[in-house]
Amino acid sequence: MMKNREEKTIFEISSEGRKGFRFPKSDVQSAEIPDELLRENLPMPELSEIDVVRHYTHLSSLNYSVDAGFYPLGSCTMKYNPKICEKAARFSGFSQLHPLQPVETVQGALLILYEMQEMLQEISGFRACSLTPAAGAHGEFSGVKMIAAYHQQRKNSHRKTMLIPDSAHGTNPASSVMCGFRVQPVNTNERGNIDLSSLAAFCNDELAGIMITNPNTLGLFDENLVEAIDMVHQAGGLVYGDGANMNALMGIAKPAELGFDVMHFNLHKTFATPHGGGGPGAGAVCCTERLRDYLPGPIAGVIEPASDEMPPLYGWKTPERSIGQIGSFWGHFDVIVKAYIYCLMLGRDGLKRVAEFATLNANYLMHALKADYPLPYDRICMHEFVLDVKWPDAPDIRALDVAKRLMDYDFHPPTNYFPLIVHEALMIEPTETESKQTLDQFIDAMRKIAKEAHEQPDLLHDAPVNTPFGRMDEVKAAKDLKIAE
Amino acid sequence: MMFIPHSDAERDEMLASIGIKSMDDLFEAIPKKYRFPKINLHEGMTEIEASAQLKEIAEADLSVEDVSCFMGAGAYHHYIPAAIDNLISRGEFYTAYTPYQPEISQGTLQGIFEYQSLIARLTGMEAANASHYDGATACAEAGILAYHQYRGKRKKILVSPGLHPHYAAVMRTYLENFEGVHVEIPEFKSLDSVTPQNLADLIDEDTAMVMVQYPDFFGQLFDYSEFAETVHSKGALFCMSVNPIALGLLKTPGAMGADIVVGEGQPLGIPLSLGGPYLGLFAAKKDLIRKVSGRIVGETVDNRGQKAYVLTLTAREQHIRREKATSNICSNQGLNALTAAIYLSLLGKEGLQDVARLCYDKAHYAAEIINKIPGFQVINSTPFFHEFVVACPEPVSEINEHLLHHGILGGFDLSRMIPSLQNVMLIAVTELNSKESIDDLCRILSGEDNDEES
Ligand SMILES: Cc1ncc(COP(=O)(O)O)c(C=O)c1O
Repeated sequence: MMKNREEKTIFEISSEGRKGFRFPKSDVQSAEIPDELLRENLPMPELSEIDVVRHYTHLSSLNYSVDAGFYPLGSCTMKYNPKICEKAARFSGFSQLHPLQPVETVQGALLILYEMQEMLQEISGFRACSLTPAAGAHGEFSGVKMIAAYHQQRKNSHRKTMLIPDSAHGTNPASSVMCGFRVQPVNTNERGNIDLSSLAAFCNDELAGIMITNPNTLGLFDENLVEAIDMVHQAGGLVYGDGANMNALMGIAKPAELGFDVMHFNLHKTFATPHGGGGPGAGAVCCTERLRDYLPGPIAGVIEPASDEMPPLYGWKTPERSIGQIGSFWGHFDVIVKAYIYCLMLGRDGLKRVAEFATLNANYLMHALKADYPLPYDRICMHEFVLDVKWPDAPDIRALDVAKRLMDYDFHPPTNYFPLIVHEALMIEPTETESKQTLDQFIDAMRKIAKEAHEQPDLLHDAPVNTPFGRMDEVKAAKDLKIAE
Repeated sequence: MMFIPHSDAERDEMLASIGIKSMDDLFEAIPKKYRFPKINLHEGMTEIEASAQLKEIAEADLSVEDVSCFMGAGAYHHYIPAAIDNLISRGEFYTAYTPYQPEISQGTLQGIFEYQSLIARLTGMEAANASHYDGATACAEAGILAYHQYRGKRKKILVSPGLHPHYAAVMRTYLENFEGVHVEIPEFKSLDSVTPQNLADLIDEDTAMVMVQYPDFFGQLFDYSEFAETVHSKGALFCMSVNPIALGLLKTPGAMGADIVVGEGQPLGIPLSLGGPYLGLFAAKKDLIRKVSGRIVGETVDNRGQKAYVLTLTAREQHIRREKATSNICSNQGLNALTAAIYLSLLGKEGLQDVARLCYDKAHYAAEIINKIPGFQVINSTPFFHEFVVACPEPVSEINEHLLHHGILGGFDLSRMIPSLQNVMLIAVTELNSKESIDDLCRILSGEDNDEES
């Protein structure tokens, strides 16, 4: 009999009259509140501090995390999150700044934002950068909207088609629609590149642009990239870069030099800021000279140049034709501070080594696994690769089963069922921070699972069994919808 | 090398097993012309060096902990109980990804389920999502929901001039490219004119949603119960943007008839951090839940019969529905939602009432005595929560400069967002402002400081 790992909710452990935190007695007179403005009851839990601490500590023990083990979640870049970044971001001079303080009192913070913009520009080859987007998808929204604004300004509003390769992440089409575009999928060819004849069919005067993820979500550097970008430019379109996979490109190639016009970074992927169980991240957007006036603002800039005695004065600047404000304030400063420290520590050579070792690790795994797992695109990959779990001699085993069984071996599963063009996709991204020993243990587990799939398939169907919880009844969750108690 | 564990020998062994000779061979797919560009950055630093450098940079900033802070306008300086940072600093929470594998993510999932429950209870609504980026994007997402609710047939999103100007701006940015939609915001004329009555006159059959803020940007409080009925009688949705701390005391949007509640969750234990990351609250009536964007956690059971939680109703989301999704949001504010849940659990029923009450009382004390200073006048004529508007005898920037010399971060200069409001300051007071600090503020405003400087 396995131990029951259910945790009571904070409402179930609530006990009337308990307090977990006390405020000082008021030092002013109590003011009157009109009765009709008062709420009737406040159904909040009543707990002591130790109740709360134990509850959340117990909950935390039910999570898998990068700090606990290998997390090869493709497209998510689950690398190690350096602890110094957490510590420094909590310095009072960063964490306790009001967003509307006079700029003279936040010169340190503005310096960080300014230098981070410059570093991202240098890494990507772009000429301008805004750090305001809250996440990758928010960066996409900004960048694609900049493309819309660009066409509109040139009286080209009839350019309504946004091309999106069929391997793209779901945020790409969703962002395009929010910017008023019609989405047109473009095929991927048998080498995992953009199919140029499919692309050519849409290169007309309705073309607004294309969103390209490079390396793409198959983990491949698109061999048709430069030609595809050229075709889109020739047809009057602009090229958006989904920079989710920049971990493979730092110091290896600059997106702006490859021809991209605008791109977002996911600082929570490439620059090692933590994912927080779903966020917050940060999604800086960078662009070329011709799009810089459209960037979302405000952006950190020098408002008074340095003189002999004084350093420059930093402040906020909003570009002339900005697509506007996209969030409550100026972006995810706390996340940016962490990314900034990471860049400082790695420096020029370190960032390039990140891309090199991320790519080395992925190829090492891919090479070791392809004897046991179908590999739909068999060529040198970048920082990740995709397996297709379809064995003719184990037809009832799916990618999901392998993923679940991996948990029994104490690994987090890879991303599954993405990209959509690989039906039984397992997308594996080891990142550079994993050692050869860890990779070897993973290879060993994957091989055992491949063997089990053929010899004892029920071990996979029943998996996971060594985890605090087993497979979930997803249908019940949606049918008997209970999303609050 | 920093954070890369491989020895040279291991690297060579791995290259050999792949069947290539050098690291450079990994990158042959990249056209030679573009391969290995020069990157003009500094050399890397050790932790000791980076830490020292960051400390020095941080010292160039003025932390609100080192002053007496009266600035709000959408971001508030509250006390953050020590247990919070301790809990969210657990690697099990902050180094995990979105809980796509529920068997090994119940910590995050139950945490979000409890967060959703707490927000639903606090706002008096039936359901809440797992978060949006911040208060402003939550407002914009509400507008998009309303657009979809009427299948684009109702084109007007009516927004109160009492909504935070940044939120209004973000709603414009987000909704601009939706076919035919227009965000209508009556021009701000005077504080007296920012009332539900004045807004009610503008609701028509083309209105998809009406958006108000509670307390509004100027601190004003209204009972929107009747207004909600007017909105509904025209067939539109009613959305309220709230300050969650105020709801420790005040009548809930649910009780007033709101269909959607959004808001900035930052006051719930999240540090100011120069404006982000914050927390976009989003709650709604149950019958709208399938139109809500963002992640939602639901209760279920696992195959061992244990009560458990999963991401549910995912057919709304971009990874399933792509261009037909309710929004493009993917990463959200997971850890900040957990922070808010821990904050609400720690404070609990009494603590939340206490903090709301302290904010209210201290703000009213401050308003009363500021109003007595010659040349200064509180211009709120309706009840307010912890923020109020003061007409000043001089430009606010000058007053604030003076206050700063005395260690006081003055109120927000409203002319920065609403140009017609010259010499008008928005003052916020929280539980962290002692009577003494409020008295100091007043002493200096009244010019009773025979100061040594300037
Ligand atoms: C390829 C790709 N594009 C875009 C995104 C969206 O980024 P975010 O979750 O930061 O919004 C992701 C995230 O998983 C991704 O993998």
